[in-house]
Amino acid sequence: MLRRLYALIVKELIANWRDKQTRMVLTISPIVQILLFSFAATQEVRNVSLAVVNQDWGGEARELVARFEGAPTVTDVRHLRGVAEIAPTIDARKAMMILHIGPEFSRRVQEGKTAEVQLILDGRHSNTAQILQGYATRIVEQFNGELAARRGGGRPASLVVARVWFNPNLETLWSTVPGLFAILTTVVGIMVSSLVVARERELGTFEQLLVSPLSSLEIVAGKATAALLIALALSTIMLLLAAFVLRVPVIGSVPLLYLGIAAHLGAVIGLGLFISSLAATQQQAIIGAFTFMAPSFLLSGFASPIENMPGWLRAVNELNPVRHFVLISKGTFLKDIPAGVVIDHLWPLLAIALVTLSAGAWLFRHKLH
Amino acid sequence: MDEPLVLIDGLTKRFGPGQRPAIERLTTRIEPGRVTGLVGPDGAGKTTLLRLIAGLLLPDEGRLAVCGFNTAADIGEIRRVVAYMPQRFGLYEDLTVLENLTLYADLRAVVGRERQEAFERLLTFTDLARFSDRLAGALSGGMKQKLGLACALVRKPRLLLLDEPSVGVDPISRRELWQMVYALVDQGIGVVWSTAYLDEAERCPEALLLSEGRLLYGGPPTELTHRAAGRTYAIREMEGDRRAILARALGRPEVMDGVIQGRSVRLLLAEGAEPPRPENVEAGAHAQVVPVPPRFEDAFMILLGGARANSPFAALARQNTVDGAVVEASVLTRRFGRFVAADRISFSVRSGEIFGLLGPNGAGKSTTFKMLCGLLRPSSGTAWVTGVDLATAPGLARARLGYMAQRFSLYADLSVQQNLDFFAGIYGLSVRAGREATARMVETFDLTPYLAASAGLLPLGFKQRLALACAVLHDPDVLFLDEPTSGVDPRTRREFWAHINAMVERGVTVMVTTHFMEEAEYCDRIGLVYRGQLIASGSPDELKVQARSATAADPTLEDAFIALIEAYDRKAAA
Amino acid sequence: MIRRHDPGRALGLRIWGLIRKETRQVARDPSSVLIAVVLPLLLLVLFGYGVSFDPRRISIGLVVEQPTAETGSFTTSLRSVRFFDVRTSRDRRAFEAALVAGRLNGIVVLEADFAGRAARGDTAPIQVIVDGSDPNNADLVRNYIQGAWANWLEQEALSLGQQTHPPVVLAPRVWFNPGVSSHHYLVPGSIAIILTLIGALLTALVVAREWERGTMEALLATPVGVLELLIGKLVPYFALGLGAMALSVATAVLLFEVPFRGSFLLLALVGAVFLFTALGQGLLLSTVTRNQLAASHGALLSAFLPAFIFSGFVFEINSMPWPLPWISTVVPARYFISSLQTLFLAGNVTSVIGLDLLAMALIGSVFFALTALKTKTRLE
Repeated sequence: MLRRLYALIVKELIANWRDKQTRMVLTISPIVQILLFSFAATQEVRNVSLAVVNQDWGGEARELVARFEGAPTVTDVRHLRGVAEIAPTIDARKAMMILHIGPEFSRRVQEGKTAEVQLILDGRHSNTAQILQGYATRIVEQFNGELAARRGGGRPASLVVARVWFNPNLETLWSTVPGLFAILTTVVGIMVSSLVVARERELGTFEQLLVSPLSSLEIVAGKATAALLIALALSTIMLLLAAFVLRVPVIGSVPLLYLGIAAHLGAVIGLGLFISSLAATQQQAIIGAFTFMAPSFLLSGFASPIENMPGWLRAVNELNPVRHFVLISKGTFLKDIPAGVVIDHLWPLLAIALVTLSAGAWLFRHKLH
Repeated sequence: MDEPLVLIDGLTKRFGPGQRPAIERLTTRIEPGRVTGLVGPDGAGKTTLLRLIAGLLLPDEGRLAVCGFNTAADIGEIRRVVAYMPQRFGLYEDLTVLENLTLYADLRAVVGRERQEAFERLLTFTDLARFSDRLAGALSGGMKQKLGLACALVRKPRLLLLDEPSVGVDPISRRELWQMVYALVDQGIGVVWSTAYLDEAERCPEALLLSEGRLLYGGPPTELTHRAAGRTYAIREMEGDRRAILARALGRPEVMDGVIQGRSVRLLLAEGAEPPRPENVEAGAHAQVVPVPPRFEDAFMILLGGARANSPFAALARQNTVDGAVVEASVLTRRFGRFVAADRISFSVRSGEIFGLLGPNGAGKSTTFKMLCGLLRPSSGTAWVTGVDLATAPGLARARLGYMAQRFSLYADLSVQQNLDFFAGIYGLSVRAGREATARMVETFDLTPYLAASAGLLPLGFKQRLALACAVLHDPDVLFLDEPTSGVDPRTRREFWAHINAMVERGVTVMVTTHFMEEAEYCDRIGLVYRGQLIASGSPDELKVQARSATAADPTLEDAFIALIEAYDRKAAA
Repeated sequence: MIRRHDPGRALGLRIWGLIRKETRQVARDPSSVLIAVVLPLLLLVLFGYGVSFDPRRISIGLVVEQPTAETGSFTTSLRSVRFFDVRTSRDRRAFEAALVAGRLNGIVVLEADFAGRAARGDTAPIQVIVDGSDPNNADLVRNYIQGAWANWLEQEALSLGQQTHPPVVLAPRVWFNPGVSSHHYLVPGSIAIILTLIGALLTALVVAREWERGTMEALLATPVGVLELLIGKLVPYFALGLGAMALSVATAVLLFEVPFRGSFLLLALVGAVFLFTALGQGLLLSTVTRNQLAASHGALLSAFLPAFIFSGFVFEINSMPWPLPWISTVVPARYFISSLQTLFLAGNVTSVIGLDLLAMALIGSVFFALTALKTKTRLE
């Protein structure tokens, strides 16, 4: 039996490799994607365009404006002539935030009263608005602290300094790459498995396979193993790129990560085989694969925090293999998560894999007769 | 009608530099009001020529005028006067019969009363009126082909191009198709019918014989057939093994080609040669060698220089035969929902026998075949292979059978060696046994020069050898062949059957399904499946005798096939 | 009866015939229902309920090494922050492990002499540790703790009868979205993802299928022209896309209560132009590949993932390093998402929408020009 299985796996590997189109798709695209999308999937806000309406000519106002202009994230500054220009500037997205300093500002500051400045943000991207608000708050607080220190009177504003664990410089790349690695591993897994039956049928070799002594279980096992090996190889390439080209630290246990990859791929490939057996045409298989990918990526915690989801959805999400795998991946890359935590997410993956693989095998058999 | 429909002068078509032209300096003409047969081996350029005429491809050199129009400049005119049915009929399988017709009527601007009349005419003509609401994907092969033809004919064309319309179609449907085409010809339409079957070409008043993109012959088939006059003989009243007799005959220098026809062997002699005497081929005391009229196929073989005489399998050691029935069907029944596809079918096949399953498309032949090789589970009844029940020990049974799908399906991206290794592996041969077996196959079939080549790029003859090598690598007791040579030219087919005959001589049992009657002649026994039942069985000659009547004193196997089915229908109606 | 002298009607009939055929095929394939109804609703529900950048629950571990009155009041202050789920302990080790496991978003440590430090006005009176594996969240946590800290200081000063008021206070106004709800931009943006799937992926598949199954050869042998073939393919999927968009917009506005401040007419126009572009991309992909597998990979790589990542849907384009913002200018979804966010939240800002329309129309025209060049009425 092992001999038969071995022959089938070798054949699958060679066939994927010798088909030029498949080879290109399988090798080039994950590499390009991890290199390209890692930089694109950034959650920090940079290159901020700032507009300023300064109705006050005092030194304090100019200093505050200078601090905003000098902030490293601000790259584009425009000065508006009046309040009337605020709305068109925001509407047309010419600036991401507008600093509005009223005419009384410097006077009030000098008098020791509280002076208010307005910050207008574009809520069409509320996440960005929120982050920008954080930037601005820090600039103003620093300004306040220095004002107080300069005057010698009162207490300097007390600033909280946070120590950032796992990613001290808050490098976005460090957080996107582990997530993207998980996503792309999933893409590879589903793509190598969801079309296997449709393609074999198209070649006319499917019946040839079915009349051989291979049992349907062996066929499924062979195809799943081959898909697993291909996907493992590709995710290894991506892992190496992440570690050595993108220089994202991998401080956790690599063997544990591989356990996670294998379990996750098992789950995904099982699902791919299920889709493949269910689909009557290639089109159905492909659309089925997308129907799985889109929601599972959204809920994976890659783009948005899982904590922000309502409870019922978080419960449903426990069935989403990508969610567990993203956690293992992020944990291994940056955190050196203890084995216990990996195992907490490994067993759901294994359970999902068991279900999807047996469902895939069952449907494959069922469809034949 | 003196003006030819298609005028071809010095036509050349290349696909990419450095390759042999698919069509090379072709000059000929196609006349209206008759069927022109387009024949030639696989890869001869038949499809390319049809696509050129339909304006789907542009010529590289030469002149091509269709109904007086240039295919490059007057493409709009060409599309109006030419109808073309591609190999897979161009049907949408997820649309119904009527919806397919409606689409093509819309595309060809057939509307109002004209459309109504055309649909009525075509649905009657093709006998599809009963199925007008059925999805095209659910039609049988023969019905699909008729629908494809109907779609091509919604507006009466001046020229109709048919690309291998009879591949995978049963003799009854084929006969009906011909009647339909004759009716069209009577209306003055010119028809080009491309085929690998020479008996079809023989029915055409005009035949074009292509080989490697060049025109070997153009003219009435009878004229070419005449070249084989006096060179065709049949050995009748033979005793002993007809396959051995054929092999011995083919081994003689004066014999150029030979085929089995039931209990006889038909021979084509080399030019000026005397026929062999019965004792030369050990045909028995009563055997006679009698002259028979030549056929177009004989002339074709002469033009192409004969076939490879015998199979290297003959040289391999004789293997032990299995006692008793090798394949046995016992009241096999298969239902799909309420439809009974196979109804209590029973028969058994002895060791070393070739058993053919014949029957119209959708009559239950494929269902039966699939149950016997384990592709389909019977609803009731049992299928045994070498005494093993397929239902209880499928793995064991499958290890004893070899299977070859239609038209040599192999892994096109894998090399020859990789294909062989794969099949050795999945049949559970040990590494050493596998290596020995593949080496034996490579040597037997002369595959050495192609070992590293992708299977998809092999010449057809070698693809066929490789497919056969993969199917018999594990020395099976039974070989299942599913329409092994449908759409394959006579030369390649001869070679294939030489291998099969040699294997049968070694004791291998063969199960074959086919629509092609020449192939059926090779069978020792035939089972005719119709409406889910085995309605007749016997040797080809026995079936012919059953069909003998006043009007047909010496029926062909095809005549017998049709007569038996019509008789069954009459009995069922009564 | 139509003969050759009535080419106009024959043309109309051909196009109508193709449209009808395509519509029937769409209606019969369960996968088109999947992509046009199930997937849009699924995505909308996920964006409406699930995916969100708005903190709902931030788990904070508060380590109090030596409880005093001050630590008690600070704990209360921290607890009063919305979203904060504060757990306290005297030992930081358990919290550190929880941070590693991802069960905590941040740790605040009040050391033994907290009261003293606070009174002295030290620069680092409290220790804050955040999880940097999600920088966005780390930043947020830090800002919230800072706010809580400032709040507490003020309270303390007040209770001591001190007047403290910072010289400058920031009054932020988030326009269009005062509640700063990410659903308000994610839900409209997801419409672009849905239309990308229908336009680019489904179209790429159906045209490639015609080549694979050999029906294209039969079509080409009839009097059908390239343009007619393209229109025949386009119209049904265009209608399907508009239908899916109407469904999505209705769901967004009625179910998820996303405000809609623009005009529906303009929305329909923007949607139509984007669909035109996406369909053009799908047609181009299938025409070039003639193969469903390759076409689907092409759609995944060139349409679906860019619509997610390069479009400003989730990730800010301005923040991407060179040359990515430049690459994003050819991603049609970028313009559609900009228009969607504007129409839903800001209103009919013609300067934004006009440019977006222009860009989409331009990209779409390029796709169609390339497709028309590549689709020939012959097989070569």
